[in-house]
Amino acid sequence: MVNTLPQVAALLPVFLLGFTGLALLLVDTISPDARSNTSMAVVGAVGSLAALAASVWLVVSGTGSTDTGGAITLFAEAIKVDTMALFFAAIFASVTALVVVAAHDYFHDHESPAAFYSLVVFAATGMTLLAAANSLAVVFVALEMVSLPSYVLVAYLKQNRGSVEAGMKYFLVGALSSAIFLFGISLVYAATGSLLFSGVAEGIGSLDGLAGVAGLGIVMIVGGVAYKTASVPFHFWAPEAYEGAPAPVSAFLSSASKAAGFVVAFRLFTEAFPVGASLTAGIDWVLAFGILAAVTMTLGNFAAAVQEEVKRMLAYSSIGHAGYVLIGVAALSQDGGANGAVMGAAMAHLLVYGFMNTGAFLFVAMAERWGVGRTFEDYAGLARRAPVASTAMAVFMFSLAGLPPFAGFFSKYFLFMGAIDNGFLWLAAFGAVNSVVSLYYYSRVVKALFIDDPASSSSLDAIDVRPTGLYAAVVFAAVATVLLLPGFGPVIETAEAAASALF
Amino acid sequence: MMIEALIGFTFVAALLVLLAPDEWAGRLAFAFSLLPFAGALSLWSGFDGAGNALTGGDIAYATQIEWLEVGGRTVSWFVGVDGISLPLVVLTTFLVPLAIVSAWTPIDARQSQFYGLMLFMEANLLGVFTALDFFLWFVFWEAVLVPMYFLIGIWGGPRRKYAAIKFFVYTNAASLLMFIGFMSLTFALGDSVSSFALPEITQAIADGGLGTWFNISPDRIAMVAFLAMFLGFAVKVPIVPFHTWLPDAHVEAPTPVSVLLAGVLLKMGTYALLRFNFTMLPDQASALAIPIAAVAVISVIYGAMLALAQKDLKRIVAYSSVSSMGYVILGLIVFTEYGVGGATFQMVAHGLISGLMFMAVGVIYNATHTRMVGDMSGMADRMPVAVGILVAGAFGYMGLPLMAGFAGEFFIFVGSFAAPALPYAPIFTALAMFGIVIVAGYLLSAMQSTLFGPFELETDYDVGPAPFHDVAPLAVLLVAIIVLGVAPDIFFEMIRDAAVPVVEGVTVDG
Repeated sequence: MVNTLPQVAALLPVFLLGFTGLALLLVDTISPDARSNTSMAVVGAVGSLAALAASVWLVVSGTGSTDTGGAITLFAEAIKVDTMALFFAAIFASVTALVVVAAHDYFHDHESPAAFYSLVVFAATGMTLLAAANSLAVVFVALEMVSLPSYVLVAYLKQNRGSVEAGMKYFLVGALSSAIFLFGISLVYAATGSLLFSGVAEGIGSLDGLAGVAGLGIVMIVGGVAYKTASVPFHFWAPEAYEGAPAPVSAFLSSASKAAGFVVAFRLFTEAFPVGASLTAGIDWVLAFGILAAVTMTLGNFAAAVQEEVKRMLAYSSIGHAGYVLIGVAALSQDGGANGAVMGAAMAHLLVYGFMNTGAFLFVAMAERWGVGRTFEDYAGLARRAPVASTAMAVFMFSLAGLPPFAGFFSKYFLFMGAIDNGFLWLAAFGAVNSVVSLYYYSRVVKALFIDDPASSSSLDAIDVRPTGLYAAVVFAAVATVLLLPGFGPVIETAEAAASALF
Repeated sequence: MMIEALIGFTFVAALLVLLAPDEWAGRLAFAFSLLPFAGALSLWSGFDGAGNALTGGDIAYATQIEWLEVGGRTVSWFVGVDGISLPLVVLTTFLVPLAIVSAWTPIDARQSQFYGLMLFMEANLLGVFTALDFFLWFVFWEAVLVPMYFLIGIWGGPRRKYAAIKFFVYTNAASLLMFIGFMSLTFALGDSVSSFALPEITQAIADGGLGTWFNISPDRIAMVAFLAMFLGFAVKVPIVPFHTWLPDAHVEAPTPVSVLLAGVLLKMGTYALLRFNFTMLPDQASALAIPIAAVAVISVIYGAMLALAQKDLKRIVAYSSVSSMGYVILGLIVFTEYGVGGATFQMVAHGLISGLMFMAVGVIYNATHTRMVGDMSGMADRMPVAVGILVAGAFGYMGLPLMAGFAGEFFIFVGSFAAPALPYAPIFTALAMFGIVIVAGYLLSAMQSTLFGPFELETDYDVGPAPFHDVAPLAVLLVAIIVLGVAPDIFFEMIRDAAVPVVEGVTVDG
């Protein structure tokens, strides 16, 4: 069925999201009734769900997979659609759908909610494009296409000082890291003479004394990736931005935008700078990523453990999870038999994370909507008034901690197991210890919701509304987090096949 | 498909009860919980297994469906029962309805959540006792903790938050240790296994499939794995010195939760020890026979001494569980037919007796709102039936013949006295037997001061007989204890059938 379509149909998820963004602008022009954002939410949700359906359908029908003739390259090889691109498109589309639905209630009294939807969807378009990039130039353009709407989104509550300040910080760090990333690209181009990944990889093999230039370029590119994924040493913006931004935006950034950073890393460090050629050239980025992964997960988890505000705790936990996923790059080896397995596990973790972390931030969005406060104490006893949402939050917390009855257990387990199979026992050990630490602060949220008594009998009165959209998004994310445990088989198989195709 | 139906139904029932209104959640949960019991009875009546599930025996009601693949090994939905797990399945489904009825009086808030969580825990417990794939088993094993955490944390006593967190952290850390131990085994097995099915792994180890991994010799890996798993399960059992979470959890937990905690959850630990440590790695176990027997005897004596020093009735029963679990460990380590069989039998017997004791203490607490030995006396005057059953149960604990506790302990002592695998077996056995004397001491003295003599209790209301639905579960339990004591063979036969291959797995020198 797919064969009868032109090859460009492989970019269907990108097109669908792009058209949705344009449609949102059109809707806003036709009926600029700023008070009602229902039509915007519906269009955004339908568009992103269509993109999700398209990506799943393309994956299932084998588009771009090695079984059906390999990746589809388009536009003079600048774009390459393979299973990995589609897998990530599915992550981005699911997160976008959840965020758009939740935002309907979150921005119910915002004076101009319309721009929000188009910005989110355009950012998601950039992410799906990023996942299919096959040239450093496309990577950069797509990355900026993700970043620019993100800056605006963080500062979206422009009457709120925290939001604006967060946006400013995010923008400054972002601009700096974009410049570094671009400089890195130019150095790599100077050393290898190509922007296409395959050309770069060939060039890395025969550097002729330019190893220093290429190495510096790669270090700078690593810096750009670290910024986008909120990893050490460019993680400083993350707690500020996630805390100050409106919660749906934090959900979007910490799940989708982080995954976008990782897809760049996965592609660049397999196709453009393959392990073997890089090591031959004396550029040991594997060790660099190993150290970054260990430091990032340790810093994220220990910092999360001392937070008093739930949203800030989630921000640091999101840094910790970046550390886990970095194992997917850090545990690669020259002829490691489990390269595909470990990177595939990292992809699967990002998918699961897309649901559980988005869900957790959307629960915070719900708390902000109710106005119950930000700290753990403020969450005390919420389960009495909102049992369903609180149960969903408990599912997210336990799953993020990696407890077995939920999908987070399997994705973490496969990740650590892949690392061990490739001989990186120490990374797996770091990950396991950090997982134990994380149980402490995740269970604090559950304890507050279910076990602690509310500060006063009237403190629960703030919960006077049942925002339908937020509820739907949170519950759906929870159901997905649970169902991904029995349904983990197809996910991990797809992810491993997608990752193996890159080696 | 019977087991799937059993677990699946219990999950669905948990959901339905969770959504039911508080007023009749308790009745609904009781009605639902009778069905799994009926299901377990039909499993029992149609049981056609033989031998031990792990060592290649015939597994009853087995189903194996592939789930996913990790590192070249398949993880599957693999369930089934043998002579060791079936009695525990029956015990679980039998205790849950009784525990639910015993909750009708004390649980007066958020009922639907309480009963929903109880059923949810039952479903996972059934999974623990039937799963024969490591991953499936581990998922159920950990999933038991989550409802337990809420049950203690929400409906517990004054220090419930501390107790819930302590329970959760302790047992989770232990699970991680155990998980790492088991995983190092599978790594060392390398290509000699193609799945995480416990029978396949057990047989591969028995056939010498362990290889070198990260330059560590097979023997050392097996020993490290044994120790990691032993420590992990020791927390759950609990074995002294890993028992400190237990009194806190028991004292704070509401009565029906204590019943399941002592009656079934502790058996998860001994069941896992039997399955993993003693069946998979029998040589390592017998190499460590003396230290393990020593901690078993220490648990017996030290647990009983701690019980002797308590003033809170619930703490007394809680510490005596530590003591009873020591007998189970002793029975397992001697590697004789009667030792291992008796230990398994004692798991069931102790589940019934400790369930009865906790329930009876709960009934008294419902009426008096105190559990302190010094606060009351002469309760027999006011609640004759409940007290009568409590006294009978206490005698069961002390090992009165024709009650289940006697049979279990008798089998263990018969098996351990002349055990070839354990040096100095008669000494260990004699020391452990001394524990019974202490048990009799503290139970008799506690009963004498609270139950008999003139009635004394400072209350502003009348203390009268307990309601029927409080006493009925006690009576049912007592009947079950006596039946099992009079006719232990209804379980012991199948247990022995499954225990013999475990015993044959060990090589005894000389």
